[in-house]
Amino acid sequence: MELFTDYTLRTVTIGSMLLGAISGLLGCFAVLRRQALLGDAMSHAALPGIALAFLITGQRDTFTLLIGAAIAALAAALWLLAIVRTSRIKDDTALALVLAVFFGFGLVLLSYVQRQPTAAQAGLKSFLFGQAAALVERDLWAMLVISGPALALVALFWPSIKLISFDPDFARSLGLPVRRVEVLLTGVIVAAIVIGLQTVGVVLMSAMLIAPAVAARQWTNRLETMVLLAAGFGALAAFAGAWISALGDRIATGPVIVLTMSGLTAVSLLIAPERGLLWQRWRLTRWRQIGNNH
Amino acid sequence: MTPQLEVQLIAVIIAAACALPGVFLVLRRMAMLSDAISHTVLLGIVLAYFISDSLSSPLLFVGAVAMGVLTVWLVELISGSQLVREDAAIGLVFPALFSIAVLLISRYAGNIHLDTDSVLLGELAFAPFDRIDLFGISLPRALIFGSGVLLVNASLLMLFYKELKLVTFDPALAATLGFTPTIIHYGLMTSVSLTAVTAFDAVGSILVIALMIAPPATAYLLTDRLPRMVGLSVAIGVLAAISGYWLARLFDVSIAGAMATMTGIGFGIAWLFAPQRGIVAQTWQHRRRRERFAVQMLVLHLLNHEGTGEAGVECHSQHLIEELRWQPTFAGAVVRRAIQSGLVQQLDGVLYLTEQGRALAREASIG
Repeated sequence: MELFTDYTLRTVTIGSMLLGAISGLLGCFAVLRRQALLGDAMSHAALPGIALAFLITGQRDTFTLLIGAAIAALAAALWLLAIVRTSRIKDDTALALVLAVFFGFGLVLLSYVQRQPTAAQAGLKSFLFGQAAALVERDLWAMLVISGPALALVALFWPSIKLISFDPDFARSLGLPVRRVEVLLTGVIVAAIVIGLQTVGVVLMSAMLIAPAVAARQWTNRLETMVLLAAGFGALAAFAGAWISALGDRIATGPVIVLTMSGLTAVSLLIAPERGLLWQRWRLTRWRQIGNNH
Repeated sequence: MTPQLEVQLIAVIIAAACALPGVFLVLRRMAMLSDAISHTVLLGIVLAYFISDSLSSPLLFVGAVAMGVLTVWLVELISGSQLVREDAAIGLVFPALFSIAVLLISRYAGNIHLDTDSVLLGELAFAPFDRIDLFGISLPRALIFGSGVLLVNASLLMLFYKELKLVTFDPALAATLGFTPTIIHYGLMTSVSLTAVTAFDAVGSILVIALMIAPPATAYLLTDRLPRMVGLSVAIGVLAAISGYWLARLFDVSIAGAMATMTGIGFGIAWLFAPQRGIVAQTWQHRRRRERFAVQMLVLHLLNHEGTGEAGVECHSQHLIEELRWQPTFAGAVVRRAIQSGLVQQLDGVLYLTEQGRALAREASIG
């Protein structure tokens, strides 16, 4: 198969699968902690960071731009939390507001960058929808370098993370540093977002975090299983997406991956044992039958 | 009209049109639906374009609005299954629908005016070039459509004001009284979709979110009354639109982006400096309350020891720092405040209650 022999295709496939696995794994915490859309807001908010990093350093080096993205996303998350804590603005409003304002400011910077005479500016716009086809080996290393520490931190603090994901009040009563772990988890999600910006772009990144986690949640009640399953689902959907987009001409990889992921989630919502909708329906009819026989 | 003036007029009208449904999105905690809708209307436009094969067909409009409503319905279907929470449901639905739209555009409609960049970003500067003749006058399309939507939103708001208010603040009572919250809800969502599709042609989908959510959020920090909140939202949106336009002109940058930035700056100012709910006002109120309480403590303490033998020691201002465990600077401020208010007099470092201070202390010890 071409997928394994062609250099570009192989890079794209491996990169997408890496992203699918990491964002699937880390997305679980966002979904469980009812912050599914925080990822959406933060990925949009990364845009001004990318433009600023380029303006300040003048480099189009992936790593530099991604650091800028991470800083902007974190700043957005912190402002968002501050708004919710200090005013009567609810979190949905704060999310939409921070998302739109940061993205708008990003557009201002982007349009400013595009007037600069430097030739290197081309390509910043590819962060909007991502450009998986442009992934090179260096980008894969950048992904590993960014995600490595994030995954290590999750492993290190696993017991506290687990407890805080389900019962933050109880965790607080035990004296766990809940605030610090929450900041850590937000930072880890930022890492996942930053990795995805190149492949799927700021707009579709939220799906990469949410969909695998929601799909995995339907199949299990154990966090360990859910996290691993989400990573597996993410990688699988990314593989399928990369493969499908390689089949035809002008099929952008990012949107296809999002669609395969959404398909996987829809199937999980329908047929997962115990929780799935079809399963529920079947159980209901069985109870009715039992009831009628009595 | 010069193009300059036209662009500003379009921006002002769209800002006002967005603010009206935005108020209710913010109050009903559905702000993120504007994010979802403003993305998915693109799919409606694309599908309608494939059916009608024209970019100016009214079908595009219908398709987009229908897709916006469908988005809300899908989100509610998924979150209604109890398997997924609402925020995650939003995050599942709109990227999927948006992805379909992006794929369709990049594959089949690559060379026409529909491109994904302009949908997301919008370019208001080009709006005056797309003109329609209306009653013999040539006007920008965005201006006509924007005014139409503003008119629709304003009349819907006036017609259903009472119902909207009731459903927003007390959905349970609304249901008991026989108003179906669902109808009002979907009516609002239709209005949001209509506004989103009209506005995003001119200003891009992200600015739609900024104009719908940020001005009402700002107004929410400034007032408790719904009519005032509606008026303030429109005014703030209009202000952000005009100041954003001039900011963009000054630095020669994206107009839509500059307007979104200005809505954010407006919110930031209100968040910090709003008269009662701003952070500065809250901090100040907190400090005043603390000081007022401390003055009461002081007069009570003085009343307790008044006329007793140890009054000379107990009522010495130095002793307060030990007895009430106040920081020296804080104690100094409290004593000064008490003296200023005529509650306490100081002689050789010893504090004496005035008649007024004694009255306050008695009142405080009873209350």
